[in-house]
Amino acid sequence: MAVRPSPSRRDVLADGVKAGGVACVAALALAAHVEEAQQAKAASAIRPPGALKEPEFLAACVRCGLCVNACPYDTLRLAEWAEDAPLGTPYFIAREIPCHMCPDVPCAKACPTGALDRNIAGIRQADMGVAVLVGHETCLNYKGMTCSICHRVCPIRNEAITLEAQVIRGRKMLIPVVHSDRCTGCGMCEKHCVIGHAAIRVLPRALGLGGGGRNPAGRAS
Amino acid sequence: MKPRPGFRLTAESRALGIEAKGVLRAHKWWLLRRTTQVCVILIFALSPVGGYWIARGDFASSRILGLVSFSDPYIFLQTLAAGAAPVGAALTGALLVGLLYLVVGGRAYCSWVCPVNVVTDAAHWLREKLGVTRDRKLDRRTRLWILLATFLAAFGSSAVAWEFVNPVSLLQRGLIFGMGLGWAVILAVFLLDFAITRRGWCGHLCPVGAFYGLIGKVSLTRVSAARREDCTNCGACFNVCPEPHVITPALKGEGTRLVLSGDCVNCGGCIDVCPVDVFEMASRARLLNERRDAAQLSGS
Repeated sequence: MAVRPSPSRRDVLADGVKAGGVACVAALALAAHVEEAQQAKAASAIRPPGALKEPEFLAACVRCGLCVNACPYDTLRLAEWAEDAPLGTPYFIAREIPCHMCPDVPCAKACPTGALDRNIAGIRQADMGVAVLVGHETCLNYKGMTCSICHRVCPIRNEAITLEAQVIRGRKMLIPVVHSDRCTGCGMCEKHCVIGHAAIRVLPRALGLGGGGRNPAGRAS
Repeated sequence: MKPRPGFRLTAESRALGIEAKGVLRAHKWWLLRRTTQVCVILIFALSPVGGYWIARGDFASSRILGLVSFSDPYIFLQTLAAGAAPVGAALTGALLVGLLYLVVGGRAYCSWVCPVNVVTDAAHWLREKLGVTRDRKLDRRTRLWILLATFLAAFGSSAVAWEFVNPVSLLQRGLIFGMGLGWAVILAVFLLDFAITRRGWCGHLCPVGAFYGLIGKVSLTRVSAARREDCTNCGACFNVCPEPHVITPALKGEGTRLVLSGDCVNCGGCIDVCPVDVFEMASRARLLNERRDAAQLSGS
């Protein structure tokens, strides 16, 4: 094999700068992709109990699926390509299989990285999201019937969802009201809502509750 | 190498080895590592077996027999770059796996465990059989820069950025938990290796391999061209090797007979195909013996 002439300092520098440039561009592209994926998908992904806030979660989760294996109800899944959560991260679709709220939180206990808080005091401290009655025109209770299935299946009975008597347009109705300080976002209500597309849904807390200071855009003049 | 008439399933580079030693012995290491690759995936994918968990999790982090935790050190380091705290099972698991590959050879991960290796080997096999010669040249060091980029991206985005796209993680996790549209990404890797660049993914771009290659620079298990005097210059080892440049110094050089480059994947392909058994698996410790022998020679 021919002995290569040792490269000049200029060559080494030029190669280094080129390669460094490639690395920077690749890093930027990847970071941009991550940013986009977070914004587009975090809104719909309901994380397992004990999950850190989304940005910290995405820094810590190695996407190993130990939580998925630990779940006795097959609730959790790892996001496949082009699904509603960043690739490989655990989430669940409440309408299919909600969280059954095991008292010992085996999924969080199984997490090797702390992306799920293994020291979570109990499942009632979990904050997977919050149930929101989104279908004010489709919910049967709003139509004057007493379906109340969401209230009946809620594992935090009479605390996370209560039935409040209200008079709407002259009719007396029993309206399911979610109390966000008790609701863990397990999704049992969404799972069992009897209409074709659930009128009550689990949403990430920031999306479901709103609130938090003033509108940064100011008031419309 | 002379092309043989008719179609054969086995790679051309193995022809001389098969002639000299028979099909089985010319595929010994190949069979061993394919079996390992399949078994590792099956152990995860089939658990729980009759209600018993042999392995939980996947390659990123796992729990074996409910006793030992393993974690991928590269992914773990990415979480640190992203700003996560090094805690619990992932830390000890990553150290353990790092230690394991320090013993068996860094890129043994690539040829003995990683399922993408099966895909790219298949692409290379098909490429050879169909006589595809197009080879868009890439620098082998590109993967090191991509490796650096993955850490920069993790740091910049505060997320385990590479794992949003990593085909290696995608395939092993997909085979264990479900693949979905992820096959499209794997198909892209296959096509890259088949039609664009020879050994493009594993040999030039993959940062996972680059990372394990860094471990390989100091790892214990190494291939040795122990009987290099017997070499007949048939070229079989260079043809079968996914990283042919690693062979030259050991086989044709004057110095150590050990293949010391971290790029070597310890696949044993050269051992399989050599018709005169020049190569064998060995330990880096032979370096010491070689040095002592050299000292004695010059002393006497």
